[in-house]
Amino acid sequence: MSGDVIKTDAVIIGAGPVGLFAVFELGLLDIKAELIDILDKPGGQCAELYPEKPIYDIPALPIVSGQELTDRLLEQIKPFDPTFHLQQRVDELGPDGNGGFRLKTDIGTEFEAKIVIIAAGGGSFTPKRPPLKGIEGFEGSSVFYSVRQIEDFKDKTIVIAGGGDSALDWTHALHPVAERIVLVHRREEFRAAPDSVNKMRALVDAGELDFVIGQVMELHGSTDQLEAVSIRGKDGEMARRECDILLPFFGLTMKLGPVAEWGLNLDENLIPVDTEKFETSTPGIFAIGDINTYPGKLKLILSGFHEAALMARQAHRYIYPDARYVFQYTTSSSSLQKKLGVK
Amino acid sequence: MPKITYIEQDGTKHEVEAESGMTVMEAAVKNTVPGIEAECGGACSCATCHVYVDDAWREAVGQPDEMEEDMLDFAFDVRKTSRLSCQIKITDELDGLVVQVPEKQF
Repeated sequence: MSGDVIKTDAVIIGAGPVGLFAVFELGLLDIKAELIDILDKPGGQCAELYPEKPIYDIPALPIVSGQELTDRLLEQIKPFDPTFHLQQRVDELGPDGNGGFRLKTDIGTEFEAKIVIIAAGGGSFTPKRPPLKGIEGFEGSSVFYSVRQIEDFKDKTIVIAGGGDSALDWTHALHPVAERIVLVHRREEFRAAPDSVNKMRALVDAGELDFVIGQVMELHGSTDQLEAVSIRGKDGEMARRECDILLPFFGLTMKLGPVAEWGLNLDENLIPVDTEKFETSTPGIFAIGDINTYPGKLKLILSGFHEAALMARQAHRYIYPDARYVFQYTTSSSSLQKKLGVK
Repeated sequence: MPKITYIEQDGTKHEVEAESGMTVMEAAVKNTVPGIEAECGGACSCATCHVYVDDAWREAVGQPDEMEEDMLDFAFDVRKTSRLSCQIKITDELDGLVVQVPEKQF
């Protein structure tokens, strides 16, 4: 996908709680932000890892779930109408030649922004790689963690490993084109949509699909072409299964990803910032929330909120160099209340 | 205070003093036992605190509940003795518990 370059004041990388609150703090200072996130929804870890788990240390909210916190933040930033660019990962970030920055995502969306805020938490969510010997060599040719073109899997014998919705969804999507699909899962039960599970079992009963209870333990093949996998069954016995493709679906994990290639100083996968402006080694690029580090840093959501507020003040200097920063309270400032849509 | 022993794949033993009420994951992280990553911090959401409970302790520790069983789908090399250590609450009855840390967390 390519199109016009999106021009904006600020790009926020990461739509977790801290990225969302940054929209609010920037918005109060008339700074318009675009949010980019690899997930298909806002909320970051709160929405992906623990939507139903209670959080007890958000000031004034004695108990709130990850999803509820996300929903409340979305409500809070609504007046600023942020644009979300989801299921995208920022791959490139560099100077635009005019004192600002140019960004490009993995699907080709391009941005020009005066400032960039990295609120990427623990990094970008990426599919888990099973710790199978030699798996790296097969990736991209015989082992895939996502399916872009169904046609590429035509007439292939495919082992799909996992017991969640992704494993079952792709079993159903690829079944019509594949030579044969072998679904491998460690137990009889699936944590997936029941109708999807029933449909799978019907295909197995009709002899159109193989379901093996077990775990893929070894890969066999030469150079980059997979030839077979070894599956350890319920009884502990290993069975070899010929195949062309392996699709492992074992959920997501967080990896720093391309952040390391943006020329910023890093300290053990974290971005050092100062504690006045939360700015990185590159002026105009900020880092807030779990991804930054400074003396005394605590990886708490509340710390990220504080960092967002101070970051916004410095952001204001970049976006409105000639304007004076006026500190105001939302309780009393009519201009802030106007921005928030208070009637 | 209950003692918990973590054994790495190469046989290295880590004996730690834990407090009742902590989880086996928390006691490991607090004592920097290698191999227990606990990426999600104990929310039963990531399966990176996977351990194998020593056979002698399986009964005392008990079986995973449904949520944990679901999450074990995301672990590697799951066995009959597999548990997520963030879901094992330490009690005085578990004094002496032995768990093995897998070769790799997923």
